[in-house]
Amino acid sequence: MIPQSGNRFSDKIMRRQDAMANTAGAAKPQLYLRSLSRWRPIEIAFWLATLLPFVLFPDYLSLASQIAIAALFALSLDLILGYAGIVSLGHAAFFGIGAYTAGLFSKFVWGELFSGMLVAAAMAALVGYASSFIIARFRHLTLIMITLGLGLLLHEAANSANWLTGGSDGLQGVQAWPLLGLFKFDLYGTTAYAYSLAVLFFVFLAARRLINSPFGLSLRGIRENWMRMPAIGAASRAHIRKIYTISAAIAGIAGALIAQTTKTVSLEALSFERSADVLVMLVLGGAGRLYGGLIGALIFLVARDRFSGIAPQFWYFWIGIMLVAVVIFLPNGILGGLSNILSRRNRS
Amino acid sequence: MIGPIVGVLFDGFAYGMLLFLLSVGLSVTLGLMNFVNLAHCGFAMLGGYVTVTLMNDLHWPFFATLPVAFLAAAAASVVLERALYRRLYRASDLDQVLLTIGIAFISVAVAAYYFGTTQQPIEMPPYLRGSTTLLGVNFASYRLFLVGVALVVTLLLIAGLEYTRFGAQVRAAVDNQRMARGMGINVDATFAATFALGSGLAGLGGALAIEIVGLDPVFAFTYLVYVLIVVSVGGLGSIAGSFAAATLIGISDIAGKYYVPELGAFLIYLVMVAVLMWRPAGLFGRR
Amino acid sequence: MKLSRIAAASLLASAMGIAAAQAQDTLKIGVILPYSGQFADTATQLDAGIKLYMKQHGDTVAGKKIEVIRKDVGGIAPPVAKRLAEELVVRDKVDILAGFVLTPNAIAACGVSAEAKKLMVIMNAATSIITEKSPYCTRTSFTLPMVTQTLGAWAAKNGVKKAYTMAADYAPGHDAEQGFITGLKAGGGEIIGSVRMAVANPDFSAYVQRAKDINPESIFVFVPAGAQPAAFGKAIAERGIDTKKIRVMGAGELTDDSALKQMGDAALGIITAWNYDHNHNSKMNKDFVAAFKKDNNGVNPNFLAVGGYDGMHLIYEAVKKTKGKLDADSLIGAVKGMKWESPRGPMSIDPETRDVISTIYIRRVQKVGGQLVNVEVDRIPNVKDPVKAAMKK
Repeated sequence: MIPQSGNRFSDKIMRRQDAMANTAGAAKPQLYLRSLSRWRPIEIAFWLATLLPFVLFPDYLSLASQIAIAALFALSLDLILGYAGIVSLGHAAFFGIGAYTAGLFSKFVWGELFSGMLVAAAMAALVGYASSFIIARFRHLTLIMITLGLGLLLHEAANSANWLTGGSDGLQGVQAWPLLGLFKFDLYGTTAYAYSLAVLFFVFLAARRLINSPFGLSLRGIRENWMRMPAIGAASRAHIRKIYTISAAIAGIAGALIAQTTKTVSLEALSFERSADVLVMLVLGGAGRLYGGLIGALIFLVARDRFSGIAPQFWYFWIGIMLVAVVIFLPNGILGGLSNILSRRNRS
Repeated sequence: MIGPIVGVLFDGFAYGMLLFLLSVGLSVTLGLMNFVNLAHCGFAMLGGYVTVTLMNDLHWPFFATLPVAFLAAAAASVVLERALYRRLYRASDLDQVLLTIGIAFISVAVAAYYFGTTQQPIEMPPYLRGSTTLLGVNFASYRLFLVGVALVVTLLLIAGLEYTRFGAQVRAAVDNQRMARGMGINVDATFAATFALGSGLAGLGGALAIEIVGLDPVFAFTYLVYVLIVVSVGGLGSIAGSFAAATLIGISDIAGKYYVPELGAFLIYLVMVAVLMWRPAGLFGRR
Repeated sequence: MKLSRIAAASLLASAMGIAAAQAQDTLKIGVILPYSGQFADTATQLDAGIKLYMKQHGDTVAGKKIEVIRKDVGGIAPPVAKRLAEELVVRDKVDILAGFVLTPNAIAACGVSAEAKKLMVIMNAATSIITEKSPYCTRTSFTLPMVTQTLGAWAAKNGVKKAYTMAADYAPGHDAEQGFITGLKAGGGEIIGSVRMAVANPDFSAYVQRAKDINPESIFVFVPAGAQPAAFGKAIAERGIDTKKIRVMGAGELTDDSALKQMGDAALGIITAWNYDHNHNSKMNKDFVAAFKKDNNGVNPNFLAVGGYDGMHLIYEAVKKTKGKLDADSLIGAVKGMKWESPRGPMSIDPETRDVISTIYIRRVQKVGGQLVNVEVDRIPNVKDPVKAAMKK
């Protein structure tokens, strides 16, 4: 059942069944993992296409940059939701921690980008690791509500600590030095997009490697059957703690990017809406397939931009219709639905 | 000194009863049918707008609008259930979330389109305005009324589920769907009716909420978090649980703001996290 | 290499004023407002003000056809506001940025205004510091301290010696509270207690009961506009606070038209300070209100509508004064010191701070012909933003 050629999206949907089949029966899981980590042409095409906006839509680079950041945030959620089955409605907590850390770092230390981003990632990871002990104990609705509650508590705390965060007026005095000391952040968003895209790409590479490792495989096992994994020697809770921490760090990086590219940080970075939006984007694109969050962020934000351009007051309507249509016609998200259709067609 | 505290606790209880009416329907559909309906507050909003329209445009008395609010929300939910929700009973939770969020988005836009973005004013009949003083404590008339409605609804629901044929069918369908089917119970119809009942109650809650919290097109989202909190703290599918949770949340919110206003904004979330860490399935949850 | 060239080109283009390359005979105004979501109603009102002005004064000024491009920021979202401002400048080539209901969004857009050298007209956002963030930023609404500090000073002068303050626990609440306290103390008054209330708060009974326990001679309140003023008013009545014995004071949002309708008689006696009310007695205002109601299903205009209306007036007059020159330096020069008669009364732009100067009215809620009305009881002319005045000292 190892996929022969790698040029179809359908490979990805079959991955789940393959994972079951292979870990259960195949003698050489390494082969399977290696086949997964092979680059498919469509993936290469996807990443090349991300460069197109520089040429085709030079007026839309600010939007492209925010899409790249949202995609990175959605990717971080995919790691826990799509691969470990942890549904979180409070993931903005880590995005916000990253944004505030990067903002404060630029205000009080210096505006150098990469150091700011690393500090933000470390801070988010730290908080993620601490909270992972709570997260790993719960499942289902309880887990969703606990993540929601913790996220909202952090939001309120940031509002109260206005001596540090600037409260609801937002943090003032955020600065960002030119990228690599050369490229200033400009009105067109050229630098912002180049920077966000580069970070997205490298984090994606790391995430891809992680997911196609034995660790990634056991995560999927946890998602499929939480109780059984310890029986075959995989420590569920330790794994969950690890991936949760990693996911928090990536969300923190996304937060740092928004702080640095827009030089604004406000409570909105921690808000429930941001947590809910990223969940919608990921589910829209298709959870558990790495590219789902990327596609979801792209489609959601482009649709929102287009619809709100046409009807600033009523774009909710069209977005709503789009979500309903996707659920009905493409269940399991856009990528999930497309790969279902493709695999059905290939079979017949 | 006791007087003000009793008054404040009563206000908290009344607020809790409002949350109870808004959330009990979701608890039932989520617990019994395992369907994540994030558009639940959209039905509440519909009930609210029905009441506003009937009162302000057609000059109906407030009481007469309440059953209509209930029926309108219930009817709308049946339409949606037949057209969309049914297809997804077996789908993943995430698809259910996406669908119902989409419907909530649509409801917000439709409400803004037809009713505008302003807060909808309604004028209560004179006997529901002002307050009554009893033993030196102020009781707001409207809140007394609200508590009365909530208690009646609770009793009816519990009695209905415990002692009627329909209640027995619902319980059977929930406990063991296949067995219930085997016994000749029309599980689909039972679920549709349950769903309509839950949404109708939300519509009633929405109509009753206007006087306390106002009504505008984002109502469908504003109260979603509160409703989810009540449902999870109470435990899925438990009417008594929702009642207890709503009371707990309402009173601790108000009492907390009274005694430690510094924690005012945090308290409701702290209570929720604490309860869930102590009892992950909620106060009356069965798992 | 390509990157840096585009970046350099963009900077150059923006510095030279992209409008120069555009058609000479249009004036593009980019309006950024929260058209959707929680704050949608503020955008509805403000935008109606903009539309009414353009309807009454035509869409051409100084030979320029005016084109308004509307963008939805969807709530408090500074990154989105900044992006929209950037896009309006580089893609739509607007000459002027306008709108802005919410402070964090306005501050984010100020960065773009400063960098791209575009005039920015704030039509509502009421935090003092915003206009300091760009040398091309001006404001046609008010600042919160302007309102509440004036109220505090007025209260001290009119027999309020001790007050209890209740403010929503977020930045505008803090500003409002601070302004009132400063004003009251300067007049010899005293604060006997303060409570900060949760921002997302559907039920005020606990806070109101706290205030009642202390039994102050007066209470100052600030809550966000929307559903909360009415909820607060009802809580006052339910907890048995008699507005005849305890003076309840606040900023004008507390007794906004829609809030009054929901509060009913509970609102009687509440004293507020504000820059505008649709009952203000002047010929100009009566015409304005009548025209506004005709276009908006009988809804009365509020402070947002008049902010938008005056903002458009400012833009029209500035463009007339520069004879159609649209660069930010000429426009802001024309704006400084501008004076005009608005539906709210006389107003002007401070030549030093570019901020608004207008009359603040003290009103009391009374019943006039069976309707609850904010009746003007006093007026303080030519009020400037006190925070900026204090900073200068």
